[in-house]
Amino acid sequence: MTTAIVESWFMMVRHLRNLMRQPWWIAISLVQPVVWLLLYGALFRKVVEIPGFGSGSYIDFLTPGIVVMTCLFSAGWSGMGLIDDIDRGTLDRFLVSPVSRGALIAGRLMQGALVAVIQSAIIIGLGMLVGATYPGGPAGVAMLVVCAVLLGTGVGALSSAVALLSRREETMIAVSNFVLLPLTFLSSVFMAQTLMPGWMRGVARYNPVNWAVQAGRGALTTNVDWVAVLTRLGLLAVFAAVCTWLATRAFRMYQRSV
Amino acid sequence: MSYAIEARDLMKTYRGGVRALDGLSLAVEPGTVFGLVGPNGAGKSTTVKILTTLSRADAGQAFVAGHDVRSEPKKVRCAIGSVAQKSGLDQAGTGRENLVLQGRVYGMRGRELGHRAAELLERFGLDEAADRTVRTYSGGMQRRLDVALGLMHRPQVLFLDEPTTGLDPEARVDMWSEITRLAGVEGLTILLTTHYLDEADRLTQQMAIVDKGRVVAAGSPDELKGELRGDAVVVEFDEPVEGAAACAALAGISDLRDVAVEPKVLRARADDGARVVPGVLSALEAAGLGVASVTVSRPSLDDVYLRYAGRSFSEADSEVAP
Repeated sequence: MTTAIVESWFMMVRHLRNLMRQPWWIAISLVQPVVWLLLYGALFRKVVEIPGFGSGSYIDFLTPGIVVMTCLFSAGWSGMGLIDDIDRGTLDRFLVSPVSRGALIAGRLMQGALVAVIQSAIIIGLGMLVGATYPGGPAGVAMLVVCAVLLGTGVGALSSAVALLSRREETMIAVSNFVLLPLTFLSSVFMAQTLMPGWMRGVARYNPVNWAVQAGRGALTTNVDWVAVLTRLGLLAVFAAVCTWLATRAFRMYQRSV
Repeated sequence: MSYAIEARDLMKTYRGGVRALDGLSLAVEPGTVFGLVGPNGAGKSTTVKILTTLSRADAGQAFVAGHDVRSEPKKVRCAIGSVAQKSGLDQAGTGRENLVLQGRVYGMRGRELGHRAAELLERFGLDEAADRTVRTYSGGMQRRLDVALGLMHRPQVLFLDEPTTGLDPEARVDMWSEITRLAGVEGLTILLTTHYLDEADRLTQQMAIVDKGRVVAAGSPDELKGELRGDAVVVEFDEPVEGAAACAALAGISDLRDVAVEPKVLRARADDGARVVPGVLSALEAAGLGVASVTVSRPSLDDVYLRYAGRSFSEADSEVAP
């Protein structure tokens, strides 16, 4: 077990180091959430005036949404790196070594989680600069980040599973494009749940993206409904665990087809 | 005696019904270089994948360094180094980083790790490029780093899957001398696959010719060539001919044996090749078969392949070429 953790750490270091060597990747992943926050913040500023929206400031409402959305997208595309490893034979090289199979997945997820924490911190700080307030305080902020990381872990594991089963960049791109934006819009990232059409609200109840947004946003309010927040946190933890298990299954299927 | 690698009746069929291995068996003595030779698609890489625990056989048994690949994969993994056809280098990492991570994965730590990486970088002529990312390496440098990765943890058995494919002639010769040097290291057993017969002839002590998922001949390169007594006689025709007609025409020439006909080429053996040529020419002419050229040569591994696989090497290779 300890070996597996140490090995996951080595793998995480490798992935992080490789990211740090791609300045364009860093630039884009820093700028993109900023653009989202400023663009959508300006575009939808007036929606809070719609009766029943239930929030006074759109930037207060939007910032947790952008944190979750950023983690969702980073995680959704994380399988691309795995496809590269498969194509180059790097994955097979590690598979014939005694390294724990779990570490090969966990290292990537840990790297994703770390990047998610950094991105979240940047967005939360930027939100404050443009006027967002977080009445829930540090505990609320921490809860938001934990929820976003759990969502990212689950989605990242699914992305790895798709990579292992399809082994094609084209499939990966198609699946991510097909899934990520609809999941975002079927949640309350941009729009209050009370204003969604009934069927959308129904779908959103089962959407992990929505769990993360609702829990994170809930934890940032003045009077936190901890039951609601912790229920969604629990759901997200289960989601992350199930997806990680699915990824290990996909791993076995990959190895059977080599 | 116990073998470093032993495989018995390995079978493997991939999804989609492609039969990659059809009862392949082999045995490799410790401390030797063993060559697995055959055209593309013969089953060489599948054999290596099973022996290195990457893939599982549908049936049959295999032991590497004394451990069963199926029931003790972890022990096998610790004992072997594997250099696959696809290099598997981390392109964004430096040569040194690749080696260090490889060592860590095999449980090496601390000072030993750094020393071993530096030692291998120097030995493979990569010390100057050690801290550059692999992306900037030439093909030959990448292949040398591949081999260094395979040796990082001092394995007992090293698998080299087509180590020279895709290398330019100069890099190929470098790789040959490296493999020869490795073979001298005490106790290291090497299994290499190649589809160059001359490479197996030069590098290996024992070899097995693989065709359609089975071993069709095994022995030392000299033994295999020795089984072919006499010279190879090769006749090229002006246009494709009927195999039966050509064989019938030559039936009267008693010195000639092992006659095989592909549409435009006829191959046969004779104790004294030069002596049978006039008879062959007149017999073919009498049968109305236009001859373009005749060559007589000493036996080569190509001829060995022809004899056991029933077709010429280049022909078998092009059957499966993409």
